[in-house]
Order: sequence, then C-alpha cells, then structure tokens
Amino acid sequence: MIEDGIMGNRQVDITEIRNTVKDLSIEANTVLRSDVLEAIQGFYDRESNASAKNMLKVLITNAALAREKQLALCQDTGMVAVFIDIGKDVSITGGNITDAVNDGVKEAYSKGHFRKSVVNDPILRDNTGTNTPAVVHIDIVDGDKVGISVMPKGFGAENKGTLAMLEPTAGCERIIDFCVETVKAAGPDACPPYVLGVGIGGTMEKCAMLAKKALLRPLDQANPQPHIAKLENEIKEKVNALKIGIMGLGGISTVMGVAVETAPTHIAGLPVAVNLSCHALRSASRIL
Amino acid sequence: MKRINTPLTEKVIAALKAGDEVLLSGIVLTARDQAHLRLMEIIKDRGELPIDLKGQIVYYCGPAPAGPGRVIGSCGPTTSSRMDRFTPYVLEAGVKGMIGKGRRSFEVRKSIKRRKAVYFVAPAGAGAYLSEKVKACRVRAFEDLGPEAIYELEVEDFPLIVAIDMKGNDIYGEF
Repeated sequence: MIEDGIMGNRQVDITEIRNTVKDLSIEANTVLRSDVLEAIQGFYDRESNASAKNMLKVLITNAALAREKQLALCQDTGMVAVFIDIGKDVSITGGNITDAVNDGVKEAYSKGHFRKSVVNDPILRDNTGTNTPAVVHIDIVDGDKVGISVMPKGFGAENKGTLAMLEPTAGCERIIDFCVETVKAAGPDACPPYVLGVGIGGTMEKCAMLAKKALLRPLDQANPQPHIAKLENEIKEKVNALKIGIMGLGGISTVMGVAVETAPTHIAGLPVAVNLSCHALRSASRIL
Repeated sequence: MKRINTPLTEKVIAALKAGDEVLLSGIVLTARDQAHLRLMEIIKDRGELPIDLKGQIVYYCGPAPAGPGRVIGSCGPTTSSRMDRFTPYVLEAGVKGMIGKGRRSFEVRKSIKRRKAVYFVAPAGAGAYLSEKVKACRVRAFEDLGPEAIYELEVEDFPLIVAIDMKGNDIYGEF
C-alpha cells in the first residue's frame, strides 16, 4: 500500500501495544518460562542432596500451582522492564507508546492481583499503587514488526547485581572472578538457583542494559560468538563450584545459566555488569 | 517432619536444632522493611506498640493481594538481612521467632542466643505454594503501608527449616 509516498508503512495502534503488554505481564508472572522450569527439573532429577531435592520439588509444585490457579509465582512481582523493538516501517498510532505500556502493566497488576511494589520517588517512597511506571527501553530496528518483551524483575536478586569499570587489560580471568564475587556475595540470599545476565563493554549504562537484556535469552542458547560462549561456560563452572545450592543447602543447583552480551567499548575501559536473577526468572515476549 | 504450634514456648524453641525441618501451625505476623523501621522507632521511644509482640513470630513478607475466593495472594519470604538492624529491638520487645530467607548478621545471631529465640527460613520464591498454607489473613497495624503492613496470618503446616537455633547454631555458618 502506498500512501503519501511512504512505502509499506504499517500502522500499529497503541491499543494493541497496551493489550499485549497486559497479556505478557500476566503470563510472565504466572507461567514460569519453559526453559527455566526445564532447568529446575533437570537439577531435581540429578540432585542427590535430600533437603535440596525437596526444595527443588517445591519450586516445581509452585510453578504448576501458579499456572493452574493464575497465581503469581512469587509475591515479589517486581518492577517491570519492557523492551520494545519497533520496525522502522512501523508507525505507532493513537497516542504515546510509553503511556500505552504503563497502562498495560497497570491493568495486568490489577487484574492479576499482583503486588504493587513501585514507589514514586526513591527518597519520598510513596507507593504509586499501580506498579508503574515500568522501565521502558525502545529501539528502532529493521522491518515492519514490533517486538515486545516484558520482564518483571524481583528486587531480591536485582539488589545483588553489580557493575565494575575494570581496567582494559584486566582480561577474562578478572571478569570471571568478578562474576564469582557477585554470586559469592549474594550467597543464598537472592534465591538460587541463579541465572546470570552479564554485560561486557559499551559505556557504563550500555553495559548495565546488556546484562539485563541477556536474561531474555533462552537458557540453552549460547552466545553465537565462540570466544564468548567459552567465557559463559567458564563463568558457569566457577560459580557452580561455590556450591551454594537452593536455599543455601549445598548441592548442584547454584546457577542454571550464564548469558553474556557484549558491545564495543573504549580503549581505556572494560565495563562489566552482572544482573543477577533468582530462580523465578520471568519474561514473556510477543511479535506484533 | 516435626509439627510445632504457636505460641512458641521456650520448651519448643529449646528442642529446635539448626537444620531441623518443621511444619508450623498457628499465628504469624508479617512485617518487613517499613514496618520494622516504625516498630524500632516506637521501641526506642518507649512508645506504645500497635500490637503486642510478646511471644510472637514475625514473618518477613509483603504478600500479594488476595484474588477472588482466596485468603491471600502469593506470600513467600523476603530477604531477612534487610531486617537485621531492627531485629535486636524487636527481640527485646518479645518476639520469639522469625521467618525469612537467607543469612543473618553476627549481631542477630548474638541477639537470638541472648533472647532465646529462633530463626526459620521458608521455601524461597514459592509464593503460590505457601499461600495455600494460609487459612486466614487480617491486617493488624500500619494499614497505610499496603503490602508492607503488619498482617496476622493463620497458617497450617507451613514448611520451615530451622536456620539459627536458640544456641546460635547457624545453617549458613560457613558463608
């Protein structure tokens, strides 16, 4: 369709954005990601520590119950991060996209009876009552689709995230050590088995973004770059050697996945960020 | 699996050893960051507490609201260490048991020993599962705090692990 000389301009109304965000927010909070459930099941099957095995079973039961009864997997339904990739051939109609996202989250948290955990100001701390605003990241990409990913992030694990501006000559060993130190400091407190989203490179804020976005990746998918896939495995091996285990009971279930995302960076820098996720790693995505 | 009931008597507490798995039935009071901050201020000022804490169990939890036909929403434990600095005061006011997740500070361990109390951990991140163990829920204090208010929960067979016992033995001692 040609209109006003613009080729293939696809319109997406904010109503569709809002409804999609609403659906994804409810889904993310009640239906545990299949790759995460599979990883927990895998730990359960292989765990020989009786107490740890019992706790892993509780998580599997919890996931089934949450899905069946549309309950929040965890009472901390988090602060929501939303990633939107808008194709450059798309034109968003009907209003402001960020408002639409926030409306979708607000509706979901009301309909789903989820906890409202967002305060309006970090100092004044009055609850907004709506679990909004969400943190919205928008990118323009090729094509005519709109990709939306919703990640409610609980703050138990978010609070144990770390970021360091390493020296440019620090090397992989130091990066691995930084990841190990992060998990060691968290210990059992942030609900292992953990997933690590690791960002390397960029600027400080880009690096933090990479770490958060890395958590969207399915657990069984390695980074396509061989030298980074190797790093992911090395980090995973070293952090699992801490043998923290579910509830800090020991055993094999310390970390179920490590995803590293990288970006070009400055000759004087090596930013590294670890965005720690608990075992209730929640995200849901859809392409419009 | 040992079954215990509230109120936690000294005899019951004395029989609990770090690592024991128990099922708790009875009354617990939820309280987390903001409620603890307020309680500490009142205790420091020797003011009147909104609720008698003597003999009570405090559960570090900010529950999700109840859906239709339900008593409570998901209600798992929050990270206990954030309540560490308030705990000596709360134990002074008579709290005998605490339920949360994760490690406590050395100061808290000392206070637990001194006050002959006990710290339990509940399954972490299994809020839906734990909500089924709650038979009744009503707000008791600080209602303006919403999910951070003090709620009185009636629980049945609430699964716990003794994390720090009356003698100060700590399952996380090696961390």
